[in-house]
Amino acid sequence: MSERTKQKAHIEFTLNGETVEVAFAPHKTLLEVLREDLNLMGTKHGCELGECGTCAVLLNGRSVLSCLVLGLDTEGRSVETVEGMASAAGLHPLQETFADTGAAQCGYCTPGFLLVAKELLAANPDPTREEIKEALSGNLCRCTGYIKIYEAVELAAARMRGEEAELPRAAVYGLD
Amino acid sequence: MTSSNNNGHGNNGAGGAREKDLKVVGKPFRKVDARAKCTGQTKFADDIVLPRMLFAKLLRAHEPHARIVKIDTSKARALPGVHAVITGEDLPTSYGILPVSQDEHALCTDRVRFIGDPVAAVAAVDEDTAFEAMNLIEVEYEKLQTITSIEEAIMIDEPRVQDYGESGNVHKKVHLEFGDMDEGFAAADHIREDTFFYEGNTHLPMEQHASVAHFDPDNKLTLWSSTQTPHYVHRALTKVLGLPAAHIRVIATPNGGGFGGKSDPFNHEVAVCKLSMITGRPVKVTLTREEVFYCHRGRHPVLMHVKTGVKRDGSITAMDFQSFLDGGAYGSYGVASTFYTGALQTVTYDVPRYRFRGLRAFTNKPPCGPKRGHGTPQPRFGLEVQLDKIADDLKLDPAEMRLKHLVKPYSLTANYLRIGSMGLGKCIEKIVEGSDWKNKFHKLPYGKGVGLACSSYICGAGLPIYWNNMPHSGVQLGLDRQGGVRVQCGSTDIGQGSDSVLAYIVAEVLGIDPFDIRVVTADTDLTPVDLGSYSSRVTLMTGNAALQAAERARELLSKAVAEKLSLPVENLSFADHRVFDVENPETGVTFAEAVVLAESKYGTIGTVGSYTPPRSPGKFKGAGVGPSPAYSYSAAIAEVDVDAETGFVTVERVWIGHDIGQSINPMLVMGQVEGGVYMGLGEALMEEMTYRANRNVVHKFPSLLEYKSPTTHEMCDVKTYLIEDADPNGPFGAKEVGQGPLLPVMPAVANAVYDAVGVRVDEVPITPEKVLAALRAKAQGKPARFGPKGVPTVEWPEPLKVATPAEGGDGREMPRVAIHS
Ligand code: FES
Ligand code: FES
Repeated sequence: MSERTKQKAHIEFTLNGETVEVAFAPHKTLLEVLREDLNLMGTKHGCELGECGTCAVLLNGRSVLSCLVLGLDTEGRSVETVEGMASAAGLHPLQETFADTGAAQCGYCTPGFLLVAKELLAANPDPTREEIKEALSGNLCRCTGYIKIYEAVELAAARMRGEEAELPRAAVYGLD
Repeated sequence: MTSSNNNGHGNNGAGGAREKDLKVVGKPFRKVDARAKCTGQTKFADDIVLPRMLFAKLLRAHEPHARIVKIDTSKARALPGVHAVITGEDLPTSYGILPVSQDEHALCTDRVRFIGDPVAAVAAVDEDTAFEAMNLIEVEYEKLQTITSIEEAIMIDEPRVQDYGESGNVHKKVHLEFGDMDEGFAAADHIREDTFFYEGNTHLPMEQHASVAHFDPDNKLTLWSSTQTPHYVHRALTKVLGLPAAHIRVIATPNGGGFGGKSDPFNHEVAVCKLSMITGRPVKVTLTREEVFYCHRGRHPVLMHVKTGVKRDGSITAMDFQSFLDGGAYGSYGVASTFYTGALQTVTYDVPRYRFRGLRAFTNKPPCGPKRGHGTPQPRFGLEVQLDKIADDLKLDPAEMRLKHLVKPYSLTANYLRIGSMGLGKCIEKIVEGSDWKNKFHKLPYGKGVGLACSSYICGAGLPIYWNNMPHSGVQLGLDRQGGVRVQCGSTDIGQGSDSVLAYIVAEVLGIDPFDIRVVTADTDLTPVDLGSYSSRVTLMTGNAALQAAERARELLSKAVAEKLSLPVENLSFADHRVFDVENPETGVTFAEAVVLAESKYGTIGTVGSYTPPRSPGKFKGAGVGPSPAYSYSAAIAEVDVDAETGFVTVERVWIGHDIGQSINPMLVMGQVEGGVYMGLGEALMEEMTYRANRNVVHKFPSLLEYKSPTTHEMCDVKTYLIEDADPNGPFGAKEVGQGPLLPVMPAVANAVYDAVGVRVDEVPITPEKVLAALRAKAQGKPARFGPKGVPTVEWPEPLKVATPAEGGDGREMPRVAIHS
């Protein structure tokens, strides 16, 4: 057993609305603590160097790259992961529209995009396409070309504003 | 459902009347696994955790080419927490994806061939310990001269990177000639010769490769892995591990992106299996992003020379194509890649006489293989940019010139590829109209430009990777008496939606809801073989297999229901979970009742379906690469802004038409088109696997930050037109979309840059430096171009000559020519 992993830190924080206690090797990142010590596999990783956005979670409502945050830094704070987005009432509107529009192809980047989009819509319920692009510019997706993701965010935003919205026909069938 | 207005789709469809009958096919259902993916519940390989699981690390060479003198693993073995350390000696059997290139070892036995080639593997209680142990392994190397480029591989015979191949460091040479080339060039009014270079690039799936192996007390091995080809991994493991195939189970986990990069059997997959066999415990490995760059198998760098003769109207009289591929250190799919750089030149425009010479070199770099479009984007770039130059020379509109000389549908090309439905004309017309091409081409202000290019891609390779007469795809269907339906198929969902395609097709035939179907895929214990998610084969091949299995099930149910209701079988229709009389819809039974009736009559209800592609008309050596049951077509126009001060190219918009045959799900087709344009844009402007130092064999950018790929800021607007020219070989007429739409993007951008600032960049990626160099050359009165100066002179083997169909050929090589070995 590596020397580094022997001495464990023990902290408490709020995870998806519930208080959790967890013990882990103190050098571990939040990403590692979530996946390895709390068994929450919804948070993914593409680099573990802060380059891809795949591991994004919300820390006190702000998006952070969980591969760059020490697990220790979450003590007493609130973390939201993709597992916390759905409730007993159903999926979050963003989850619903991402699923329904094909914004999740392989789905590997999806949790990160969902959380960053959630942060965006909390601050700006009616973002323009440019504002969406700007907000999501730290997240890489290799499958979609981002377009279905923009459309899913726009649709969710409209529905969260109480509008009855559907995907434009051209987004589903192409142009005539 | 996404949208409530699912009343029919695309107005280009082939079968107007039939569309009304379709309830699932052609409709924008969500994917069957979409919600799991949006809630973090999809289990990717690295999400699998088993009790007592160990973690593995591979020690990778930091020498590009060296003999292994000694490996000392004693310190690593002595580290507490380490359970096993293995080296090449433990896995002496070689393997490789192609039967002709069995040149890989899970861990190098005597020599390392590129930086990143693994030499040892460790299994320990946790990742940190494994990492520490890995660093305690001491390897003594004796350096060998490196081979760093195509030119060097051709010039330097010793030392050889591999001990097989054509000769020296040339892996493969091919020379094929279809028709009388002299006659073809003599008939031309204008002949152009150009050279092009297509830099290598990589798949960059967001998910790093990961695998978990478990060897159980009954001597059965299970491997969960992010692979696109579980069947081929199963075969490789059988060969290397010395276990009977029946004791090995390979489960492909959902791939977090593949793009071809997870199509080879990989070192780490073999290593974790062996480590699990040694320790009797589950073993996991997850590659770091840097390691993913070393696994590579991405786009080959290709240097090309293209000579084309045309008549004054732009019709091609002959084409002579040469390609030189930098293969890296191993064979991988390289022989197939080499043929592919010469195969599909003939399927878009009429090319009556055609010659192809191809050469693949071994170099001390990560091995290249198949990336989205496998071997086709490079020659397509050369071909489409050259056609743009020809149109310019002849003062013809590039769109009109192409439209006039399209390959005819249902015809045979000079190199014996059988064309089916062919919607390229419609694709071109749609984008020309949609982009307002006529008012833009040659008419935009300096710095702004438009460019057009076309392409085509196979819908599945006509031949399997290893020779056999069995189906390429198999489906088993199980129906239970409560109305449940289970589809089992070896196909692997890499994000393209293949699990959903199975459900949609079965649901369509049986008149049930796709979300009521349980899909079991990519498990060599539970599913019949499907060859894998490569060559854009899945929708067509598994789709046809699923169609057959579902039709057989429907037949059993129909007979049982017809008997019960005393109706003729033909009167029965399946829809809305019911089986009913079309003339009297109230008369009928529920789907579940139909299964009960059938089970009562026949016993347990299960059916199978399988698909084997039609035989290729080409019979010559080398005819195995290129044939396909169908070809998809795409055409794209790019609109760009070129900053002449900085050389910076911004692609503002791409219009793309794609002939999909028939959308199984238009919304998912749209997603594939947009994703293809995105990846093409990356290749056009920024993505490159480049090397530095140590005579150019150290990877320059093994990180996501330094390997530039498009973010939301670089991604352009995409205007898509879906053309539905149904192909008789596709299920419901469907063709591929996973790879084709990438292909026209790079040449369209290059052609648009020329329209914008009047310089040719005959290379991708089209970086600002290259644009500026071309602009400088132009200002100095030199040719207004950036690109390779020429290609190496090599001794080609005697051509294998085949008379074209127009010359009365029968697809066989002409007997008077001695066949080179
Ligand atoms: S895994 Fe955290 S940014 Fe890539
Ligand atoms: S959906 Fe695959 S990386 Fe985004």
